[in-house]
Amino acid sequence: MTKKTLNSNVLLMHIFLGVNALIMLYPILVMVISGFKTNYEIYNRPFSLPNSFNLDNFIVIWTETDVPAYFLNSVIVTTLSVAFLLVMGTMAAYALARYNFKGNLMLYLFFLSGLMLPLRLAIIPLFIQLKALGLIDTLFGLIAIYTAMGLPSTVFILTGFLKTLPSELEDSARIDGASEARILVQIMLPLIMPALVIAGIYNAVPIWNDFFFPLIFIHDPQWKTLAQGLTMFFGEYSINYGVLYAGLTLAALPIVVIFIIQSKQFIAGMTAGAIK
Amino acid sequence: MTSSAKIPNQKEFLSRSMRRRLWLLFLLAPPVTVLIAFVFYPMATAILYSFYEWDGLIKGSFNGLGNYYNVLLKSPQNGYLLNAFTNNIVVFVTLMVVQNGLALVLAMFLAREPKGYRFYQVVFFLPVILSTVIIGFQWKMFLNPIFGLVNQFLRLIGFGEWALPWLGWTETALASMMVVNAWHWVGFPTIVFLAAIQRIPKDYLEAARLDGAGEWQIAKNIIWPLMAPAITIIVVLTFIGSFNWFEIPYIMGSLEGSPGYSTDTLGLLFYRTAFGSVSAGGSNFGEGSALAVLIFIFIFSISTLVTKFLTAREIQIN
Repeated sequence: MTKKTLNSNVLLMHIFLGVNALIMLYPILVMVISGFKTNYEIYNRPFSLPNSFNLDNFIVIWTETDVPAYFLNSVIVTTLSVAFLLVMGTMAAYALARYNFKGNLMLYLFFLSGLMLPLRLAIIPLFIQLKALGLIDTLFGLIAIYTAMGLPSTVFILTGFLKTLPSELEDSARIDGASEARILVQIMLPLIMPALVIAGIYNAVPIWNDFFFPLIFIHDPQWKTLAQGLTMFFGEYSINYGVLYAGLTLAALPIVVIFIIQSKQFIAGMTAGAIK
Repeated sequence: MTSSAKIPNQKEFLSRSMRRRLWLLFLLAPPVTVLIAFVFYPMATAILYSFYEWDGLIKGSFNGLGNYYNVLLKSPQNGYLLNAFTNNIVVFVTLMVVQNGLALVLAMFLAREPKGYRFYQVVFFLPVILSTVIIGFQWKMFLNPIFGLVNQFLRLIGFGEWALPWLGWTETALASMMVVNAWHWVGFPTIVFLAAIQRIPKDYLEAARLDGAGEWQIAKNIIWPLMAPAITIIVVLTFIGSFNWFEIPYIMGSLEGSPGYSTDTLGLLFYRTAFGSVSAGGSNFGEGSALAVLIFIFIFSISTLVTKFLTAREIQIN
């Protein structure tokens, strides 16, 4: 291969990557910028910057819609679900990874098999079950389902990680007379932090973004989550593009900001399981 | 804490092994209970429910395979099922070619660690973290025939006759939604492929280059076979995702797969059957459960077969 063709290949690669980056970024930029525009500007000058960065559309969202309430519901659901599934996932993974007992492997496979069950297809029994428990139209119903759904992946990630830690850690602590609970909380927990972050992100992003379970279990507008609430809001403001773009921007903002700050952790977390 | 205060007392009448058992029970009982209550029990009852007649929320008499018969063979349901199933297959095949094909090219380029390599990874992955609801609405607005960004752009560059009602035509609606799906998800397979390529020891590639192999030969004969495990995972995930396709057609089209059922999928059909809609009539938990069981069996058996078949051609790097 001559030097000239090599250079043109490299150039081609840069053009290809650059154009792709533009295609990925531009729509998101338009969404954000259009949030600052008036309807007139959006319809007549779609590609230009707004005349002024006025916050009218965002003020409408904040004061006249239920989006802030939906936002709060999503924060509550995501935080509590992830907290519960990390605590319970750690408990199960710790028992499975650090103790030899009869049925250990069976239990591990039991957790793993949960990875293969698409819970969406059990939506009818879940609906009947939540109805019987009085959990329809409650955030707790969602939290219970997300916690259960996230346990298999959490146990899988944490068990794999815990198995790599040397057993001398507990042995010396036991000789010193530390209780089992204390070994878990004071010695193991700090060591498994990286794995907890991975498992947390792996579950938090889909929970935050989920639309399917709230669609079926939440009908009271008071308890709608953000992704689901956006569908209501779109019905109300269907022709007011400026407000709609501002709403989408606000909904995307928190996760995008965290992603940009912690992109490495995010990418590692979300692709956990798919990358060996 | 009360528990730590109890321990000295327990020491007197509980043996060491007994305390260990209680500790393990304490660790395992809550997660196992939650998993059974909200995953395994509902999955099992879904199968049971599919054999019964339902009147709204009330379980009626045993119906044998009646619900399965209605869903699979009775008109007009069987027509909807076949149409939705065909669309799911089209979605799977298209995403395999467009989304994963593009991802493979991007990963091959990124693996050379060009300038801006970190930046590209972050940018390509950015849409992946966003909710399908946001992506769906955003692109629905972009694809608006009059005010949408896409058609405004086409008119601007002189392709006004191509400014079509993308989501309003049966010929273009499904294709538009698949492109949006590819835009949303392409970063995911890109990162997975990239990680797989980066795991290949550098000396393999160096040795091939020293032997005079061209870049295309290296890609085809070394990188491609060695990244087989990543291909397996992406094929299976794309398959599962395609046959669970629900959010994009629901938000960009409608519950009925509009226009004219051209974007209908098994996910939408299941929802309509189970919870009712204008076209499907009232909610029918029996037929909905039967449909869910059929979809599950199909996804599960095909992904197992695909995994077996693809794993057989994997080569382990030692």
